[in-house]
Amino acid sequence: MEVVDHSHWSPLLGRLWWDAMPQEPIVLATFVVVALGGAALVAGLTYFKLWGYLWKEWFTSVDHKKIGIMYMVLGLVMFLRGFADAVMMRIQQAIAFGGNEGYLNAHHYDQIFTAHGVIMIFFVAMPFVTGLMNYIVPLQIGARDVSFPFLNNFSFWMTTAGAVLVMASLFIGEFAQTGWLAYPPLSNLAYSPWVGVDYYIWALQIAGVGTLLSGVNLIATIVKMRAPGMTMMRMPIFTWTALCTNILIVAAFPVLTAVMTMLTVDRYLGFNFFTNDFGGSPMMYVNLIWIWGHPEVYILILPLFGVFSEVTSTFSGKRLFGYSSMVYATLCITILSYLVWLHHFFTMGSGASVNSFFGITTMVISIPTGAKLFNWLFTMYRGRIRFELPMMWTVAFMLTFTVGGMTGVLLAVPPADFVLHNSLFLIAHFHNVIIGGVLFGIFAAINYWWPKAFGFKLNQFWGKVSFWLWVPGFWVAFMPLYILGLMGVTRRMRTFDDPSLQIFFVIAGIGAAMIAGGIAAMLVQFAVSVWKREELKDESGDPWNGRTLEWATSSPPPEYNFAFTPVVHDIDAWDDMKRCGVTRPTAGFRSIHMPKGTGTGLILAGLSTVLGFAMIWYIWWLAAVSFLGVIGYAIFHTFNYKRDYHIPVETVEATEAERTRQLAAVGA
Amino acid sequence: MSYVRTRGIGLGAPPMRPPESRPKPRQLTALAKVLAALSLTGALSACNTVVLDPAGDVARQQGDLVVISTLLMLLIVLPVMAATCLFAWRYRASNKEAVYQPDWDHSTQLELLIWTAPLLIIICLGALTWVTTHLLDPYRTIGRIDANTPVAANAKPLEVEVVALDWKWLFIYPEQGVATVNELVVPTGRPLHFKITSSSVMNSFYVPAMAGQIYAMPGMETRLHAVVNKPIETVGFSANYSGAGFSNMRFATRAVSDADFAKWAEGVKAGGDKAGGTLDRIAYLQLEKPSEKVPVIRYASVAPDLYDAIVDMCVEPGKMCMSEMMALDARGGLGKAGIRNVEMLAYDKHGREAVAKANANPNAAIQRELAWVRALCRQMPGTAPDNTVKAPTNLRSLTGAGMAAPQSLPLFGKGEQALSQPQAEPVAVNDAAHSSQISRN
Amino acid sequence: MTATAEMTKNLTQPELQAAFYDLDEHDHPEGGSTMLGFWMYLMSDCLIFAMLFAAYGVLGGSFAAGPGPKDLFDLKLIALNTAMLLFSSITYGFAMLAMEKDNRGGTQLWLLVTALFGAAFLFIELYEFSHLIHEGATPMRSGFLTAFFSLVGTHGLHVTFGLIWLFTLVVQIGKKGLIPANKRRLMCLSLFWHFLDVIWIGVFTFVYLMGML
Repeated sequence: MEVVDHSHWSPLLGRLWWDAMPQEPIVLATFVVVALGGAALVAGLTYFKLWGYLWKEWFTSVDHKKIGIMYMVLGLVMFLRGFADAVMMRIQQAIAFGGNEGYLNAHHYDQIFTAHGVIMIFFVAMPFVTGLMNYIVPLQIGARDVSFPFLNNFSFWMTTAGAVLVMASLFIGEFAQTGWLAYPPLSNLAYSPWVGVDYYIWALQIAGVGTLLSGVNLIATIVKMRAPGMTMMRMPIFTWTALCTNILIVAAFPVLTAVMTMLTVDRYLGFNFFTNDFGGSPMMYVNLIWIWGHPEVYILILPLFGVFSEVTSTFSGKRLFGYSSMVYATLCITILSYLVWLHHFFTMGSGASVNSFFGITTMVISIPTGAKLFNWLFTMYRGRIRFELPMMWTVAFMLTFTVGGMTGVLLAVPPADFVLHNSLFLIAHFHNVIIGGVLFGIFAAINYWWPKAFGFKLNQFWGKVSFWLWVPGFWVAFMPLYILGLMGVTRRMRTFDDPSLQIFFVIAGIGAAMIAGGIAAMLVQFAVSVWKREELKDESGDPWNGRTLEWATSSPPPEYNFAFTPVVHDIDAWDDMKRCGVTRPTAGFRSIHMPKGTGTGLILAGLSTVLGFAMIWYIWWLAAVSFLGVIGYAIFHTFNYKRDYHIPVETVEATEAERTRQLAAVGA
Repeated sequence: MSYVRTRGIGLGAPPMRPPESRPKPRQLTALAKVLAALSLTGALSACNTVVLDPAGDVARQQGDLVVISTLLMLLIVLPVMAATCLFAWRYRASNKEAVYQPDWDHSTQLELLIWTAPLLIIICLGALTWVTTHLLDPYRTIGRIDANTPVAANAKPLEVEVVALDWKWLFIYPEQGVATVNELVVPTGRPLHFKITSSSVMNSFYVPAMAGQIYAMPGMETRLHAVVNKPIETVGFSANYSGAGFSNMRFATRAVSDADFAKWAEGVKAGGDKAGGTLDRIAYLQLEKPSEKVPVIRYASVAPDLYDAIVDMCVEPGKMCMSEMMALDARGGLGKAGIRNVEMLAYDKHGREAVAKANANPNAAIQRELAWVRALCRQMPGTAPDNTVKAPTNLRSLTGAGMAAPQSLPLFGKGEQALSQPQAEPVAVNDAAHSSQISRN
Repeated sequence: MTATAEMTKNLTQPELQAAFYDLDEHDHPEGGSTMLGFWMYLMSDCLIFAMLFAAYGVLGGSFAAGPGPKDLFDLKLIALNTAMLLFSSITYGFAMLAMEKDNRGGTQLWLLVTALFGAAFLFIELYEFSHLIHEGATPMRSGFLTAFFSLVGTHGLHVTFGLIWLFTLVVQIGKKGLIPANKRRLMCLSLFWHFLDVIWIGVFTFVYLMGML
């Protein structure tokens, strides 16, 4: 093993030195491409004079809809990065056989699989889910914004700050080589001496602040800002799942914050939480991180369960079967998700009784999950199912996720886990649930709510191309991994001895290529749809014959969402209104009280990024300055008492008159 | 102070039943295998799915469990998938024949069904889990050689001490007094008892053809009981990522007949090829340094207390043993007098590179310092509790009949002392901490 | 036909609109969710302390052949320290009472008294820390000391931030008076301050008393 000496330190630049620049040719080339692309983007924005527009209308906006869209864009950008990592792993594993070292050295490969996991969970799935909840929840409950609009903007920028740090690690220094949960002792300073784990810690810590605050925000929104008449048991299912998810966030992310802080003081100050010596306990880290980590899994999947419920009900043209059992199932999952963490490390040597306890609690979660699946099934039963793209993704989910759930329960049987733990079977299992559940759900949601956000539907043809590449592609990519797992092949391997395994990795690589096609088709779908937006235009605001309140307003909704707050009498409030034949009031508008945009969130997150970067590189003076900057600017912000304004009644009237014309045009 | 010590529920009391009368899904297994052959595709049977078809009895039972659990779940998964396809097709919008009931959203019978059907499956699977988790507990001595052969009453298991190093495996055979690197040779048909630890970071000791895996962790010891039923040549590896050289942490594993094993051990003792001489502390500290793709090394002799010192993190001259430290801690530490004895405790602060920083005169240091350290280590009462669960234990608690009442869970070590007081019943062993740290009391 | 449709079938369109839209809506008062949101934040903060307590529970006996609580803690000093923090909670209560009476000067005065007690608490804690470190009982010395310094230090950091917040509020009350926004902030800080008190009771009992007795 070659040992690179990174011990250089200077007061001005800390550990930052020439050796932090990209060394591997692949990274260097990526750096050049990204730098050129970035320069072109900046030049383009400057040339078209878009900076002012972006700053005013987007970056400093506290409108939950715009923040939601920015989250989705962040998720999409990071998804491309995370997928690039996946492709690199697939290629490496497809060629590194029988003495062939492949094209990635250990230092590079180990960063890639760590970054892939971290990015896909924290900076793809989380932004997607948070973005969806941000966009949809206030509309579904008939609110005009979230409870704390400024915090919402701040949360978004903190998440972005974390993503920026992870991306920076690609070109400046290195990322962690520990696996996505950075178990000590490997992640301790002794065994990971350079900046990789520090990037990991600070990226997660900063993004975690954003996630936690957005969780608090959405709970308060759902609890406090529902339209009159919307009791808890009349909330749309997506809002219910969003509520449970955010409860999980608020109850789980502090654990992550605490654990990361402990790892930080271990690494920076020589504390002994997780060291081998001086009475530290690495096993404590594994326990604590999974006490956060398992609820995190449900944080990701629950909102998508909500999406599938909405989609199934809408496209089956039918009330959701078993609304209350759906709600109770969600609550069961929320609570049970805290009682299962140990199933991630049965192999640590706990006693048989402890292991069986956690194995059985894990299996118990499959009961409410199964109930949900049956509920969707019986929602389809005696419906009139329109197979639009969201519904196609939902059916694909039901078929795919069932298998993933089954292998999950299998892994919860401790003796079975002893032979499958950390194997590619496990990898196949959680991709089976995360791709088949979370990603398919995101795609369903994007296709479903895109017309709401932009006023035109997505192109069907390219959507179907994407679908038919993604779904079989998924199975081609991950079925071989199930088999390899049964052949006793473990995860995170860079090279292999047994040449008979190669064919499976090649097949998996082909699957990855199909998925790449699916992603490309999706990007084409977006581009074509924007290009032909006039043809795909939907002026009704309700293109799918929707059932919940977000479809009651125009597409895209006005800044204030609803000129008059709707009053709710039943589940599926909008469907109820349509059936009762209510028309929209066209007079008597008033000025509307709204929160004002602010750049504070962006500035604070920017300073936090600098703080994180300075801490990673031991640039102590910069860390001190940026830390004082964060505190000082936050205090400064509290002296601003004018955080709201009124949309004048004339503006409301003009907007609503336009809406009236729009509806008349479509004959609604 | 480990979590893994929370072993609360004892396995009940005598009378014991003979080992072969364990509650077995054996007939089911046969059925399962037929079905498995059908359900798992030809492609699957063509490749070497060692997890489902291993050479060791423990792994075989675990593999069977994979199949049985899968079949049990397919009972509900297949109908759901079929119904999904059926409903999606039958109730498509273009099929105007199908019944359309837009307001039908509740049915008590169906609700009952959709909650109880998964519940029933989970009850079955849960019961299976409870039983098999206990029977296949890696800490439990094996109760049988294979389905038809119980372990002979006088059978002495072969003990192998396993150390995960950066990035290779060290196997010490205390009975034979030899050691190997990256080569595990075991006799067939004889119970194997592995004691497992690691020198720096976490690994997982896994030979798929033999038995399930268990973590190898520094400063602690985990156990694994297994048997290999037929001669094989296979591989084992680390199943938990441990750094740059992880991919090459593979070791050749061979199971040979008793006679061949004895011959092999004699060969190692005599020197022969790949000879590494004596594995003493100095050689170990050299070996412990990070290295990759290490070829097989065979040590003709091993310092007898080496493995214990490795677990105790006190191989290096001048280090205090973990067991001693913990025994001192259990008595409230050394007070302010011990505040400056930092150097003798530092183990990983200096990192991988400095782990084996050689002492100026290691031999003398060993003589001088380890004498008293080891003396202390050895004198600590109850430092290394044997956490092994003896088989055959009473199976009644597993089958649900006469389940022992849960005993109070020891919290943070306070209760453990009480529990580890000698008790009359031999089964009291079960209550003691289960895993690993030999002495984190 | 749904239940709502049944009920509303005889209504005229204006009546329907009145049933399904809030036609007489007024500005929602700002900060209606603040207390709930802040409470949730506190609960999440409480979880961070729970983790630190758990870590202390696990590592609290790992003295690494070094000193334990009995060798290090000075219960009298800690009792004094505790008294400081409890007093500060009481005086914060007086500040809130003054706020209820719209007594700006009184509020500010009691806040400053609170700050005084809070600062005294911090001072004593820092004294204790510096004393320990001077003796060699640093957080690097053992798992026990790591967990101890982290738990107590995190609490101390919270108090420090509380003080910064408190001074900010004194200035803001001076500038703007006891306007609703400032009252809300005082309420939040009040929750925060008493919360820190509660945590300290836990620290005092769990770490100091149980360590010494």
